[in-house]
Amino acid sequence: MQLALFIIVAIFTIGGALGVVATRNVVHAALFLLLSLLGAAGAYLLLFAEFLALVQVLIYGGAIIIVVLFAVMLTRSSEYPRITDNRQWPLALLTAAALSGVLGAAFWLAPEVVAEPQAPEFTELAASLFTKWALPFEIASLVLLVALIGAIIIARAQNVDTPTDASSDGEG
Amino acid sequence: MVPLLYFQLLGAALFGIGLYGVLARRSAVLIVLSIELMLNAVNINLIAAASYLNGIGRFDAFDGQIIAIFVITVAAAEVGLAFAIILRMYRNRGTVNVDEINILKW
Repeated sequence: MQLALFIIVAIFTIGGALGVVATRNVVHAALFLLLSLLGAAGAYLLLFAEFLALVQVLIYGGAIIIVVLFAVMLTRSSEYPRITDNRQWPLALLTAAALSGVLGAAFWLAPEVVAEPQAPEFTELAASLFTKWALPFEIASLVLLVALIGAIIIARAQNVDTPTDASSDGEG
Repeated sequence: MVPLLYFQLLGAALFGIGLYGVLARRSAVLIVLSIELMLNAVNINLIAAASYLNGIGRFDAFDGQIIAIFVITVAAAEVGLAFAIILRMYRNRGTVNVDEINILKW
């Protein structure tokens, strides 16, 4: 039963990922990415990581895909269908296949784990996050703040009338 | 019960597909989407290890899940910044084709 669920989830995840790298249409690529991310959320559920699955759906499905679609809309141009893949794509395929092969072989040859998947209590997770991982947690909030301000400054519409020294900060 | 190996192989395959996207695509938006795929592959591996290896050796207290939370946080920040840069690039150069963004090329 679990194996059947895993196979369904894996088909969604891998199929969505293949759609992202295969389609020519950027909007379709974003929607394929959503499919793949929801598949990954399903994998988290199979691993009893309910909190992570919820975060995945909220942040990826709710925020990141929206940002992607906004970016596609704002840079909407007739050039998207014309941007083809690299001429070296067979080389890229070879590299990617080799890396996947090496990683897969490493996992395959590793000593087998016979443990059952376990689910943490939410309280356990929260206690660890706010004691053992308190410093990275604070740094993460700083990273988000800096990224937010940086994104606003970089993407801000530039005023053509501003003097050179004032407009230099808008260049990012 | 699904063995840990299956989740790890899923992560490896997803990472390879993302790497192919980063290397082969020329539209900046699609490259960022492929990077998201790679980050997700890492997350699947982290969470699988956290669930299966809890209490074995040096793994404890579901550190993998906590690290996955940080990965998701950084991914969100990265997407915001990346698309700000892409917007600026599009406004200045009129294209999102990374092959044509070559003014720093010597």
